[in-house]
Amino acid sequence: MLSLNNVHVYYGAIHALKGISFEVNEGEIVTLIGSNGAGKSTCLKTISGLLRPKEGTMQFKGIDLTKVSAPEVVTKGISQVPEGRRIFANMSVSENLDLGAYQRRDKEGIKQDIERVYTLFPRLKERRRQLAGTLSGGEQQMLAMGRALMSKPQLLLLDEPSMGLAPLLVKQIFEIIVEINSLGTTILLVEQNARMALSVASRAYVLETGKIVLSGDAKELMESDEIQKAYLGG
Amino acid sequence: MGSVSDLIIQQIINGISLGSIYALIALGYTMVYGIIQLINFAHGDIMMVGAYIGWFCTTTLMLSFIPALIIAMFFTALLGMLIERIAYKPLRHATRLAVLITAIGVSFFLEYGGILILTPQTRTFPEVFPQTVYEFGNITFKYGDVVIILTTVILMAILTLVVKYSRVGKAMRAVSFDKEAASLMGINVDNTISATFAIGSSLAAAAGVLIGVYFNTINPLMGIMPGLKAFVAAVLGGIGIIPGAMVGGLVMGLVESFVSGIGFSTWRDAAAFFILIIVLIVKPTGLLGKNIREKV
Repeated sequence: MLSLNNVHVYYGAIHALKGISFEVNEGEIVTLIGSNGAGKSTCLKTISGLLRPKEGTMQFKGIDLTKVSAPEVVTKGISQVPEGRRIFANMSVSENLDLGAYQRRDKEGIKQDIERVYTLFPRLKERRRQLAGTLSGGEQQMLAMGRALMSKPQLLLLDEPSMGLAPLLVKQIFEIIVEINSLGTTILLVEQNARMALSVASRAYVLETGKIVLSGDAKELMESDEIQKAYLGG
Repeated sequence: MGSVSDLIIQQIINGISLGSIYALIALGYTMVYGIIQLINFAHGDIMMVGAYIGWFCTTTLMLSFIPALIIAMFFTALLGMLIERIAYKPLRHATRLAVLITAIGVSFFLEYGGILILTPQTRTFPEVFPQTVYEFGNITFKYGDVVIILTTVILMAILTLVVKYSRVGKAMRAVSFDKEAASLMGINVDNTISATFAIGSSLAAAAGVLIGVYFNTINPLMGIMPGLKAFVAAVLGGIGIIPGAMVGGLVMGLVESFVSGIGFSTWRDAAAFFILIIVLIVKPTGLLGKNIREKV
């Protein structure tokens, strides 16, 4: 579905991604794990068109993504829940969801999908008229995910959904990620919380300073000594 | 006693008329600031171009007020978008100071380009309205006052609806809050910025035409003073906040008309900048400015 091949990305003079290659197949949950600054977010930003690769190819369902601008990536079926949630704090919950459907014109479909998001996240329905900035961290994460789902993505990119949340909430968010996936959305998940990410993913890639150093089946990686030592504190 | 309260009411009427014009110009300042954090110092001069288009429509084309207003708003909107594309867009990632200096350059370009093409000569607007004066006791109410206030109220109502409910309005609010997040929603940030310039410039054009028909004369440098005062109005209300520009404009108009009314008309420009200094010292975020508290 999505494949990156030898992708290099720079921030000015900083070489952030040094030849990344990986793929995501339809229906999977794939996770990119790695420590701070490894290039995980850079990877998602590049897929979303916010950053341009200097070298390498990126394909999504046969489309060359390297030439697609950020707003168009959304219409191609890729949607991102950015790191830090980045909800529109000065707008209401329902306005945030409307913005998620910005590229869509089918009013009836949008209405149905808003209801679908409210079924997935009942807390958002209770708070639909509230300003998004007044929500708790967990609710903001739910809103960011609901907002991303409003564009009806085939591939959902999630950047650190567990960040800053209490363990119980993290568990809840990950249950919802699995549910979204079971409803037919492919997921590429970036996480520092490797244990959580590996427990829901089918495959994983480990990123270190802009390079993929390990990859494979998530369950197997979870057992491996290297991962245990470096990321699972064991 | 009666004459004092009459004087006060009279100054309130004058102040609201003048303030409406400041508010229309201030809206453009505040919207552009809200979206790209630029004080567009050419905004007053864009208003001047709007006034000239209105003048051309009412004289050469012999149009009446409403068609002249609409045509002026339309072409000035195009001019605003053009200026943004040529002068500001290439500087999207430059320092704010570079863009600010460019805005001052655009301002001079419009002023002296205007003098070159239109000559420095003052032009007279034809009598677009009947010179009817309504009198209630000692209070007079000109037909022009009614038109200014009505036009401003209608335009502000439309603007409020557009910003709150339309697709482009929602995009504008999203882009002004977080450009990167907005583009992840599928919003084209560049087009949204263009739309903001178009709307702001068309409101300035409306103000320009109203100044023309109310004060009768226009010239290529007419944008400087109202532009600066509208900027003060935008800061007073809280720059970047749309209702703030409306309130700030009205307060500026009222203050100016009271300063003139009590016999200090030569001090009225000074009063405007005195307000700016006070705002910057006492409440730099402006009357309606507040720090949005955000849980993270």
